[in-house]
Order: sequence, then structure tokens, then C-alpha cells
Amino acid sequence: MIRLPLVLFFSAILFSAGIYGVLARRNAVLVLMSIELMLNAVNVNLIAFSQSLHDLTGQVFALFVIAVAAAEVGIGLAIVILIYRNRETINVDEVNLLKW
Amino acid sequence: MSAQEYVFVVLGLVGTVAAFRLVTAKNVVHAALYLVVTLATVAGVYLLLAAEFLGWVQILIYVGAIVILFLFGLMLTKAPIGRDALDNQQRGISLLISLGVLAGLVFLIQNAFDWNDPKIRPPTGSTRLLGESLFRQYVLPFEAVSFVLLAALIGAIVLSRKDESP
Repeated sequence: MIRLPLVLFFSAILFSAGIYGVLARRNAVLVLMSIELMLNAVNVNLIAFSQSLHDLTGQVFALFVIAVAAAEVGIGLAIVILIYRNRETINVDEVNLLKW
Repeated sequence: MSAQEYVFVVLGLVGTVAAFRLVTAKNVVHAALYLVVTLATVAGVYLLLAAEFLGWVQILIYVGAIVILFLFGLMLTKAPIGRDALDNQQRGISLLISLGVLAGLVFLIQNAFDWNDPKIRPPTGSTRLLGESLFRQYVLPFEAVSFVLLAALIGAIVLSRKDESP
């Protein structure tokens, strides 16, 4: 028996850490890791509400989020490796081909 | 506070510290290992909330597969060491933004939920019900997700394959 706000605070902390990582990192792999952190925070919320409301829909959606996150990491890392092969760098602030 | 809450607080503190170390680590491999710790504590939270299927899926897919994928990504790209090589110049403003988001979320949660609300009383043995729900109500989205995974698989192969010019 856990108080719901405690779980929500934990999720909020994870989400804010993910936001900091996405904004402050310049290595593309670390940016992807921070995105995973944010997706995990969302999953924690989904499961906490699912167990608190006794409705399994939240857990089904958490499963879908995990599957989409796996697909996203696969594609993301393929793109990162492609960029590294072409530009010898994966710093997101140096890859500015599409920037005005 | 109940025993579960003490365990949750310990898990939450470990996960928080690991998450902060993850976004501030100076070595990319250390960052990946901190990601393992964070994901494992999240899996522990799932188990504590009696969502045992999701907990083991988290261990298998995140800790087992996704982190290995990240380590391969780090291995195949040159990973510099040092704060200036890994962080950009906007550390201060990003810290400000993330703290603002955290403050907003905490304010909202504080407002929306009373501390003396009924606690989470998770139902036991939800895996069977989850499987029934997944394969009866949500069988179409389930198949759609499998197509998404197939498309991602093919896309990753096509993207990372070396072009052999004829």
C-alpha cells in the first residue's frame, strides 16, 4: 500500500532529469538515453494509476509504450551510426545540414 | 508509513540519484550503467505496485535488450570523455527549464491529490487479466505494434547497411 503522490513525485523527478538530459547533452546517444528516461517516467505514471483505479488499460498502454520505445531506439541508433559514418561526429550541435 | 512505502522510498532515492548521475556523467559508458540502475529501480517499483508482468518485461526488454543496444551504439561511435565533449553550452538554461517543469509537476500533484487519499491497493495476480485484456480487447493495437516493430527492424537494417556500389 503506497500513497499515490509518492509514486507521482518519483515519476516527475525522472521526467525532469530526462528533460535536462535532452536539453543539455550534445552526444546523440546520451540524448536517446534521456528520452528513454522520460518514457519510463510516463510508464510509471500509467502503472500507478492503473493499479490505483483497478483498470488494466494503463498496463496495456505501458506495454505498447515499451514496444514503441524499443522500435525508437533501434531506428535512432541506426541513424546515429549512419551520421557517424558520414560526418565522423555524433554531436547534435554539429549536425546542422538542415538548419537554415 | 507501511513497509512497502519504506521500500519504495529507498528505491526512489536510488533511482533519483542514478538518474541525476546519468544526465551528468562525464563518461558515456558510466552513463549507460547508470541507465541500468535507473531502469532496474523502475522495474522494482513495478513489482512493488504488483504489476509483476510489466516488471519482468521491463527487466527483459530495457535492461536486457535496449541497454545492450545503447552499449553497441557507444562502441560503434567514438565516445569522448569529459564534460565539454558531452554537454553543450546551454547547461544553465536547461537546468532552469527542467527545474521549472519539476516545480510545476510537483505543484500540480500537490494540488490534485490529497496526502490522505486512499492508498494504492493493487489487485493481486493481474497477469492473467492483463493477457485476457490484451488478446481480447486490444488485439488489433497489439498486431499494429508488431507491424511497427517489423517496420523498425527493416528500417534499421536498411539504414545501417553499407552501400555496395555496383
